[in-house]
Amino acid sequence: MQNDAVLTMRGICKRFPGTMALNHVDFTLRKGEIHALMGENGAGKSTLIKVLDAQNAGISTVYQEITLCPNLTVAENMFIGRDPGKSVHWKEYEKRAAAILDGLGIPARPRQELSRCSLAVQQMVAIARAVDMKCKVLILDEPTSSLDEKEVEMLFKLMRDLRARGVGIIFVTHFLEQVYEVSDRITVLRNGELVGEYAVADLPQVELVAKMMGKDLNDLADLEQVGQKSLGGQEVVYDARGLSSSESRPFDFSIRCGEVNGFTGLLGSGRSESVRAVFGADRVTGGKVQIKGKTVKISKPHDAMTHGIGYLPEDRKRDGIIADLSVRENIILALQVMKGFFHPMSRSQMEKFADEYIQALQIKTASQDTPIKSLSGGNQQKVILARWLLTHPDYLILDEPTRGIDVGTKLEIQKLVLKLAEENMSVTFISSEIEEMLRVCSRLIVMRDRKIVGELSGDDLTQGHVMKTIAGGEQ
Amino acid sequence: MSAVKTERAAKRREPLTNTSLLMLISVCIFFFMYAAAIIFMGDSGFTKPQMFFDLLNDNAYLIIIACSLTIVMIGGGINISVGGVIGLTVMACALFLNGNGIENSFLSILLTLLLALGIGLAFGVGQGFLVSYLDIQPFIVTLAGMFLSRGLTTILSVNPVKVTHAGFLELVKTKIKIPWLGYTAQNGNLIPAKLEIGAVVALCVVVLMYVLLRYMRLGRHIYALGGNQQSALMLGINVRRARFSSYVISGVLSGLAGFIFLMHKPTGNASVAMRSEMDAIAASIIGGTLLTGGVGNVIGTFFGVMILATIQKIIGLSPLKESYWQDMTSGAMLGFFILLQSVVLSSRGKKMKLPDWMKIGAPKKTA
Ligand SMILES: Nc1ncnc2c1ncn2[C@@H]1O[C@H](COP(=O)(O)OP(=O)(O)OP(=O)(O)O)[C@@H](O)[C@H]1O
Ligand SMILES: [Mg+2]
Repeated sequence: MQNDAVLTMRGICKRFPGTMALNHVDFTLRKGEIHALMGENGAGKSTLIKVLDAQNAGISTVYQEITLCPNLTVAENMFIGRDPGKSVHWKEYEKRAAAILDGLGIPARPRQELSRCSLAVQQMVAIARAVDMKCKVLILDEPTSSLDEKEVEMLFKLMRDLRARGVGIIFVTHFLEQVYEVSDRITVLRNGELVGEYAVADLPQVELVAKMMGKDLNDLADLEQVGQKSLGGQEVVYDARGLSSSESRPFDFSIRCGEVNGFTGLLGSGRSESVRAVFGADRVTGGKVQIKGKTVKISKPHDAMTHGIGYLPEDRKRDGIIADLSVRENIILALQVMKGFFHPMSRSQMEKFADEYIQALQIKTASQDTPIKSLSGGNQQKVILARWLLTHPDYLILDEPTRGIDVGTKLEIQKLVLKLAEENMSVTFISSEIEEMLRVCSRLIVMRDRKIVGELSGDDLTQGHVMKTIAGGEQ
Repeated sequence: MSAVKTERAAKRREPLTNTSLLMLISVCIFFFMYAAAIIFMGDSGFTKPQMFFDLLNDNAYLIIIACSLTIVMIGGGINISVGGVIGLTVMACALFLNGNGIENSFLSILLTLLLALGIGLAFGVGQGFLVSYLDIQPFIVTLAGMFLSRGLTTILSVNPVKVTHAGFLELVKTKIKIPWLGYTAQNGNLIPAKLEIGAVVALCVVVLMYVLLRYMRLGRHIYALGGNQQSALMLGINVRRARFSSYVISGVLSGLAGFIFLMHKPTGNASVAMRSEMDAIAASIIGGTLLTGGVGNVIGTFFGVMILATIQKIIGLSPLKESYWQDMTSGAMLGFFILLQSVVLSSRGKKMKLPDWMKIGAPKKTA
């Protein structure tokens, strides 16, 4: 049994200042298996992977954040850094790249500049690079968080093919369904410690969650009780007619006080672009906007903020974190901007706020003063969420607030959103997970091809209905 | 079947990359400008090929250091010591030629060339080490290099040093004659077009650097480094070595440029090639190199130098011949190019009316 192990780690420890990221962890990967590595945010998954990768013997890794060069072509990104020759054979690169991309069904052309590909395709190119390295071990750290369903299917097919060829795959994700769909085994980490290794068949989903969170929960249903959906009051907080931006087509949209609604649709359907237009994040090109009945002009994020709108962007790398500032400073940032820099907050006040939200969102950090870049991926996301919650806007837009966040905290965030709505905050919620949207939203706006194609509320809010509207069947 | 499809996919024309687009713009502008000069100022010599060769002869050293800056800038760095290194090289070589007393003039010149390259190499290695292995800001390191080299030049000699070495002066006079591009003077004599050795060397440098950047592993690593340093590291590139090499190449080229300068004007002087680093940066930018790194091309840089040189020539031959007019037009040109670049780059992929070859599919953002 132990003989077919391609990778064995015993008693791995890794310490960062203030945290024990890994504490005597054992890990075994067998030939031709897909092994899920599970744990809450900050449990040490990425750290374990980085330790592994440093060994660098037939191991290739696709990291949580895309690590390719945007100014090079797709083909070059697949071969650069690992061709021992002194010169570059473009023709050969391009031919080989075309064959690999074709074989894996990746919709990219070898000579395309990488920055011209969508995030999802860039992710696939990173995987193609790893696959071509003929590795015995392939590590995928949250590869699916920016992919849509079809792309995830493509990726899974690819993973199964590789497994059949005897490659051992380590798969990190926060999507439980995906784990059960492709994995053979699961290793669970908690707080840098090994909880155990299990065969998928022996570990029902409920138990997996319990193991990750370290709480013995009676059943998942208990956990599923998020709260009562909020329909909202009568007053219209925000109303846009024919709003359009450089990236989105004209659309009408409104939200009432205390309402939670959501935009849904496939990736690229324009849901993010719509809310960016609302916030003035892209160049607004037309439309009439009213806030609480008064006509206002929102052409840049600052306008939106002064009118009480908050926005959590989808791309935390680009629009979100300021890597070298501390957790506290990152949390306080938006509030400080809203107050204006001439009304500084006292240090103790800032500390209080930061503490409050570190508690509420269970942000795993050594201290408030830790630079945000040393937090785990999911915890960085939580810090940005805290930033916007702290400003207590009248209207909060959350674009993929739970991406890369573990199950337990996901539910906490959903609860929090509903609680805020009860306190009369209006919230627009965007998520790739329809179940999550159904749990919190009382109204769903469905988009396809950059147009609003339907609006669902009340009894229409079922998975089946939403899927049908998205796909564009009968309405 | 799949093989056929693959073949076709590889053959499909891709939209121009940013690098080639920016380069193309400067090539077009150069030809446009030169054509305009021929039409409107033909009688002041622009119709003769010799005018073009003179631009090459006078700016050979600038072409070389502009290439050296392009390489560093593609890697996301900067090197403002190149002018100083030229000054130092010119002075050191002039003194060495006059004072070495070696009988064999060929050997003496060869040693001078090695001295020039050695000075450049020393600066390249020192600066490259500080920037790449000690992670010091390249601007500061090369600023220090600039002061150091200018200071050393003055220490070597405060007064101008004229080269008296007979063999070298012979070399200075040697020109490549191209009769069929010449013209017939009024007295009926055929005057052939003349190209200096330095200009030929400069053209060779452009070609070599083009090959290095496009077809050698090191060149591609420099592009990757400029594109995204963190990613380059993750892709298994030895980032430090790539950056170090870019500064070493830049240093050696500056030394070579110094030797070429001396072959054009055989006098050492404390103020030689003053400000030429700024001209080189301007030429690189006009040629389509982005200061942010990852984008650029030495062919574009070559045309960048030629654009600047042509403007200066035109202004010099026009009634506005004071040097401040030359400076102002160069400044205006640089501003215009940067504006043009940012307009073109930011309008790519947006729904703006652009010619087809400039367009690209809108980069799909997620959701
Ligand atoms: N460079 C660093 N400096 C200090 N602490 C770090 C550093 N990198 C990680 N940590 C800490 O180590 C712990 C484990 O982080 P890791 O990134 O492995 O978590 P993870 O399981 O991948 O979480 P996620 O699901 O959020 O990606 C965290 O508490 C994190 O704050
Ligand atoms: Mg992680």
